[in-house]
Amino acid sequence: MMRRFTARMTFGTSTMLALLTFAAVTGCKHSTPAHAALKATAQGTVLVETSGGHQVGVTGTALKDPLVVQVNDDHGTAVPGALVEFRGSAGVSFDPAAALTDGSGQATTSVTLGAIAARYDLSAVTPGKAAPVSLEIVETALGYQERVGSILADKYCSRCHDSESSPERVSNYDNLEVKPHPFTEGSTLNKMSDADLTSIILHGGPALNRSALMPPYGNTLSAADVKALIAYVRAVADPPYQPAGTVYARK
Amino acid sequence: MQLIRKYLSSAWQALFGDPVRAFGVVSLILLLALAIAPAKEHFSQWHSYQRKYLALIHDRGDAPSLRRRFVPGIHQTWLPELGVVDRCTTCHLGLNEPSLADVSQQPFRKHPVVPHSLDGFGCVICHGGQGQATTVAEAHHSERTGEEPILPTRYIESGCGQCHQNALPGTPQLNLGRTMLGRYGCVHCHAVTRPDGSKVEATDHPPTLAHIADKTTRAWVFSWLKDPQAYAASTTMPNYKLSDEDASDISAYLMKSSMPQAKDTATPGVKPAVIADPSAGPSLYGESFCASCHAVQNAAGNVVGGDLGPELTRIGNKAKPEWLTAWLENPRVYDATTPMPRYRFTPQQVATLATFLQAKSDSDYGSGIHLDAASPQQIAHGRKLIVELGCAACHEINGVQRPEKFAPELSTIGSKPLAQIVFLPGMEHTLPNYIVAKIRQPRAFGSSVKMPQFTLTAAQTDALATALLALTARGRAMPDNLRVAAVPETNYQPAGHAGKLIAELACLSCHRFNGRGGDMAPDLSWEGSSVQRQWLTDFLHNPNTLRPSLIRRMPRFNLNDSDDKELTDYILAVYQSPVIDADLAPVATNPPDAVEHGKQLFYSKYACQSCHIVDTKTDKGYIGPTLTQVGSRLTAAWAYAWLKDPQALRPGTTEPNQNMSDDDARALTAFLMAQKAPGGRGAKQ
Repeated sequence: MMRRFTARMTFGTSTMLALLTFAAVTGCKHSTPAHAALKATAQGTVLVETSGGHQVGVTGTALKDPLVVQVNDDHGTAVPGALVEFRGSAGVSFDPAAALTDGSGQATTSVTLGAIAARYDLSAVTPGKAAPVSLEIVETALGYQERVGSILADKYCSRCHDSESSPERVSNYDNLEVKPHPFTEGSTLNKMSDADLTSIILHGGPALNRSALMPPYGNTLSAADVKALIAYVRAVADPPYQPAGTVYARK
Repeated sequence: MQLIRKYLSSAWQALFGDPVRAFGVVSLILLLALAIAPAKEHFSQWHSYQRKYLALIHDRGDAPSLRRRFVPGIHQTWLPELGVVDRCTTCHLGLNEPSLADVSQQPFRKHPVVPHSLDGFGCVICHGGQGQATTVAEAHHSERTGEEPILPTRYIESGCGQCHQNALPGTPQLNLGRTMLGRYGCVHCHAVTRPDGSKVEATDHPPTLAHIADKTTRAWVFSWLKDPQAYAASTTMPNYKLSDEDASDISAYLMKSSMPQAKDTATPGVKPAVIADPSAGPSLYGESFCASCHAVQNAAGNVVGGDLGPELTRIGNKAKPEWLTAWLENPRVYDATTPMPRYRFTPQQVATLATFLQAKSDSDYGSGIHLDAASPQQIAHGRKLIVELGCAACHEINGVQRPEKFAPELSTIGSKPLAQIVFLPGMEHTLPNYIVAKIRQPRAFGSSVKMPQFTLTAAQTDALATALLALTARGRAMPDNLRVAAVPETNYQPAGHAGKLIAELACLSCHRFNGRGGDMAPDLSWEGSSVQRQWLTDFLHNPNTLRPSLIRRMPRFNLNDSDDKELTDYILAVYQSPVIDADLAPVATNPPDAVEHGKQLFYSKYACQSCHIVDTKTDKGYIGPTLTQVGSRLTAAWAYAWLKDPQALRPGTTEPNQNMSDDDARALTAFLMAQKAPGGRGAKQ
């Protein structure tokens, strides 16, 4: 009886040991930092976004422009050779996931957003002198419907609603007496219900007692097109759009 | 041994020694065996997901309705005519639940809005993977024979492309990829047949090399072959990674086989006595809108300009002066099918432009190249290489036949079995990975691979992979009623003498007529119904700006009066819309009160000034054409029909259909027709 008991004990301990080792090994593998091969030669104390934030991309695909952040010291001077790690929620990938800042103190990565259409909060982290310093970056991924909306907006809307001008595409924004709301202007557009947006798109500005410079698109766009446009407006709103949510009767 | 036997026999005795006890033990074993199946189901992966789903919806406000719609067990979408047996909804339980759109815990999030119902099409048609599997590993990641892992989201548009052969507005990546198959000349070597049997046609225009010696030097051909992108960053010519000897031998054969171009007898040659005016070069280049088709790399390294014709950054390094002069004089002599128009430049202009272009050169380019005269063996080796590399699949080369089926057909590449693919070491075994790697680095798959190195951005590579992944066996097996055919380019060719003029001016390079032509400029199929005779004559003679916001503009072709009249007559007679009857013009006369009423409608009710300019002092609208002289340009019948329904006359135009009443449209037409040029063009002084 005693012998059997000890036998079971040893079996138990060895299993435990094996399990522990396994866990340690896999755990180790899991937590191996992406920057293992990178040796930082300097530390900064401030992280600044240079470019590549607030982009609107498409689910699962790389953003058009790379994300560039800069590491500065207390005096605002760029720090070359500092380590920057990029982090994001599940599904987001960075190429590279960690980088050393170049001669001008900048680290560059290409961002691929996840498969879910949403606003992604990413962060760049540098070890810093005392404590890690991090910087929040927001990117948006559009799903199918929102992207159809963005294509339609490009064709029908943004010539007036977007004040950005390029030689290829001159904006009409400045030519209008009553200024249209940019689609990113969440402070105004978030207050309008889907029904309001639908009627202003379908019947033009006068439908909501607004400017007649906004023409009606009810005979040009389909119902699905209008829904797509609204989905796009909601997706790019800044501050983010919070749907009112459905109210359910509780028993 | 003895001991074991003793133990076994005592165990047997203990269990089955007594018949009653034996019966009990056997019953117990049977009971356990029977419990295996229910236990397996209870501990299965999908069952645990269903439990998690119930836990997820438990606290939500709409839990009762969600729970009511939840059906436990394996779910299956079975669509026999599509060959779909999908059990994905067993775990993906919230796909059709609108209220779960905010859930980020997979597999429970609502499916994003797509044009098709999920029950009508299932999942694997778009996403790939194994629909019948009920574990994540088998459904998403299987690499077994005949199976494929799920498609990464970045190529999801390829799913649409299996049925939709036409360009969909919501699939820009797929559309770009399909355009590239023709634009980058993939289909010169790889045949691609669509499921409906039509072939994908090349849309690039690889130049003929039959008279290459007239055009350029052997040294240029050599350095071009070594690295095409070093000469022109935007060229679609791939890099064949040739050795110096091979490039030298190929250039030798091309020069040797080149035959001098027959002299153009129709147009008199440019007299060498003509003096170029160097200061007029840049403005002539600009006025002629060369940049609408040709790009030039600027100091910042950006390639600026159109991509219809070759990049001209270093044209002076390439073109022989006498060839360039003859080309500017009449490009169709050298290449009968070129998209370049014959501009009808004066000899002075030709000399000016030629001098200007010749100066676009890079003194470093190709310097230090010295090629010895080639021996007959080297020339023969050059020809052998041309045959092996398939140069003649794209270019016309004297003495080498165009190879048939030079490279593997790609009509079902999207269903290529993984077992047939040799992957590179360390590469994830998926078809998209293979296709992308093959496009990016073809020669990495072995030194005997003939496919050259293309210069593509990551986005272009993904687009091309998407278009290729859409070419699946499933797409070919799809029932015909589900297939949306591509709109094929017609083979429309304008007839007669005017047709010849239209070909010479290469109108179809930019404009579309009756389903054929470019998309840079407006479709002219109904132009005859649209415009007035005098305006058209004047416009052809000297095109003025209609849409101030565009940077691509109609160039001036220096037409003589008879050609101008010929074209005007042809356009007015042939390009008529069947729905517009000019004789039934709604406003034969323009009563002043109608004009006044129309003006009010223009400025207040319809606020047309947001996009159009009628009065240059007050209006600023910059999107639509300027309407200051529209009464001398458009016919009243067209203006009226346009106001009633713009999309009917030009599908896809951005002007919205305002659902105007007949009266409003009539009054607005009267107002527009009253906008005549101030004592000028069109009113015939």
